[in-house]
Amino acid sequence: MDQKTRKTAPAKGVGRRKVITGLAAVGGAAMGSRLLPGYVPYIQAQSSEPIKIGFQVHRTGIGAAYGNWYDRTTTAAAKVINDAGGINGRPLEIITEDDGTDPKRGAEVVEKFATLHKADIVYGTLFSNVVIGSAPRAGELKIPYFVVSEGHHVASGGLNRYTLQPGITDVKSQVAAMAPWVAANLGKKVTMIFPDFAFGHDHRDFFTEAMAGQGGEVIETIAVPPTESAFFRYFPKIPRETEVLYHVMVGPAVLTFVKEMGEFYGDTRPEIFGFIDSLEAVDLNSPGLEFLDGTYFWEGHRRYAGDNPTAFELNYREKVGVDMNGASVDNARDVATYSHMFGCWETLHIIKAGMEAAGYQGPADRAKLIEAVEAMTDIPESEAHPQGAKVFNGKTHQTFGHQNITKVANRRLDLVHRTSIEDGLYPDEVDYTTQPL
Amino acid sequence: MAAVLALTALGLSLVFGVMRVVNVAHGEFFMLGAVLAWWFANLVVGNPALGFLIALVGSPLVVGALALVADRLVLKRLDYNPEATIVATIGMLYILQQLALTFYGPDARPVVAPISFRVQFPWFGYSGYKLVVVAASAIVLLGVWVLLARTKIGLIMRATQYDRETAQAFGIRVDRVYAGVFALGAMLAAVAAVLIVPIQQAYYLMGQDPLLLSFIVVIVGGLGSLRGTVVAAIFIGMSDGIISVFFSPTLAKILATLLVAMVLVYRPQGLFGARDT
Repeated sequence: MDQKTRKTAPAKGVGRRKVITGLAAVGGAAMGSRLLPGYVPYIQAQSSEPIKIGFQVHRTGIGAAYGNWYDRTTTAAAKVINDAGGINGRPLEIITEDDGTDPKRGAEVVEKFATLHKADIVYGTLFSNVVIGSAPRAGELKIPYFVVSEGHHVASGGLNRYTLQPGITDVKSQVAAMAPWVAANLGKKVTMIFPDFAFGHDHRDFFTEAMAGQGGEVIETIAVPPTESAFFRYFPKIPRETEVLYHVMVGPAVLTFVKEMGEFYGDTRPEIFGFIDSLEAVDLNSPGLEFLDGTYFWEGHRRYAGDNPTAFELNYREKVGVDMNGASVDNARDVATYSHMFGCWETLHIIKAGMEAAGYQGPADRAKLIEAVEAMTDIPESEAHPQGAKVFNGKTHQTFGHQNITKVANRRLDLVHRTSIEDGLYPDEVDYTTQPL
Repeated sequence: MAAVLALTALGLSLVFGVMRVVNVAHGEFFMLGAVLAWWFANLVVGNPALGFLIALVGSPLVVGALALVADRLVLKRLDYNPEATIVATIGMLYILQQLALTFYGPDARPVVAPISFRVQFPWFGYSGYKLVVVAASAIVLLGVWVLLARTKIGLIMRATQYDRETAQAFGIRVDRVYAGVFALGAMLAAVAAVLIVPIQQAYYLMGQDPLLLSFIVVIVGGLGSLRGTVVAAIFIGMSDGIISVFFSPTLAKILATLLVAMVLVYRPQGLFGARDT
């Protein structure tokens, strides 16, 4: 670890006073061995002061289950990065603020990071409504805003040059990659159930479009408010001729949603294809989920490690504290939001790579950081990217990657199909690089 | 869900009817009942039915005791002043909600149903447990009715509701009646919560929905009227379900709210409320 520090620290000192840089390298090495940041003498303040990452987390509200795991993954990733010498020899400091999964508070949190905490960047938001509520403020404050959200709002051109999504694929790409498989293997007449906000609308719009391209048809769309707690009354609206039921749900009541779906259908169900969002942080062994056997799920990152996990995957699970079944190593019933939280790990590593490429020193270099990330293209599978290889599109600020389709068997999820990166590509809808920084 | 709604609304109605206190924290007693049910159910490992039964008894008792303390410490000191108690119960709402968040956490946690079977209708299936909930709610409602109409306690409560000062003059300890009624109202909410928690999950924000619906039911049914509350709960609950199925859940909420407005305009005392003359 110290070797890495020595290698990076002098490099960033080029063009500045050499004596101080030399001292900084020593300080950086001390950081690498995780001494207290406040312990270093003031003369090194310029170069070994921590890089402050404002982490906008859904600690309360409907996104709390995700926020909990986003927090754990972020903490693990920051530790890994700091143990390896930090960014440009400077340690990362994660400052968390709860946004209550609320767009209005989200914007306030962004402002608080920029002005009160003097954070270098803001990062980590999941829920699309919060992203959409917060991104304009980040753009006004010219603070880079790295989201881990899945929403299509980044690549659609609806946000701004300071908002990027380099660590997780978007819904449009996910459903475009899923639709050919669904149409070919499950059926052509689809009924969709989705949460009634931006994220769910992305599913509705892009899956409908993608199915039409495959000769399939969405015969009914059922929107459910994301704060709903009882779902039974929505199911009778599913047309009888439905061949495939497509479900995606979020919020604290997802278990109720899936259980009531089982009560409604019993063993006379159509094919069911769901986004794992409907069961994130929910134990597949929960009572009432027996009927899911033989149904299919999209998974961004497979909860069950399967037979041949990569070394990168094993390392990631160990560092975050997740067992081979996607639950906390301390408590088998504490199931992770495994399909989404890798985005935190990968995004933090992208931030590190971008800051190092840009020679990032402080808030004055924010524009350079954006340009450095925009310049990224191929991202190979590695310890920093355990979910798989990715291709980043600097114009649309969106990353593209592999998706998984898994089948429930014996209360586990087994892989049936892994898409290629090309399956999820679509034409650019925006070129953020033409916007001023 | 009409049955559970009736229980929750009845608690609210009772508290208002006897004490003239609008208990805004009522939904939080409901939430607390659910959270405690999770806690009690997890004390017993192995047999989910036993854990559920313990929760069904223990959870309302704890919630009732808490309500009793709240009444002693807060409401009594405010002399049950209608305006002051509204503000005080809003405060209680936030205290209870944030305490649940602090000690229980932001996760929704399930409680295993004591029994589970599925009733298959020709065109869809239905959870057998939900039918059990309906039956259990009916029994509790019947119990409350017997208590109010056929026992001495009920007589005292009705006397206090009818005329507080005269009741006091006849030697009724009005403050004790108030404390008891407040606790009973909270316990009804807790019973409803324990019954519903295997269907939904215990979650620290779950008190808001039933609070709103309870207010709608109580206003439509007539404040303080047991019969009105039950009829309105069944009516609102059923219409909510049926309209949601055939049209949209949003429309159901709009219609329920519209009904409240119409009742307030044309029959301010509620469909079954006694007219104040």
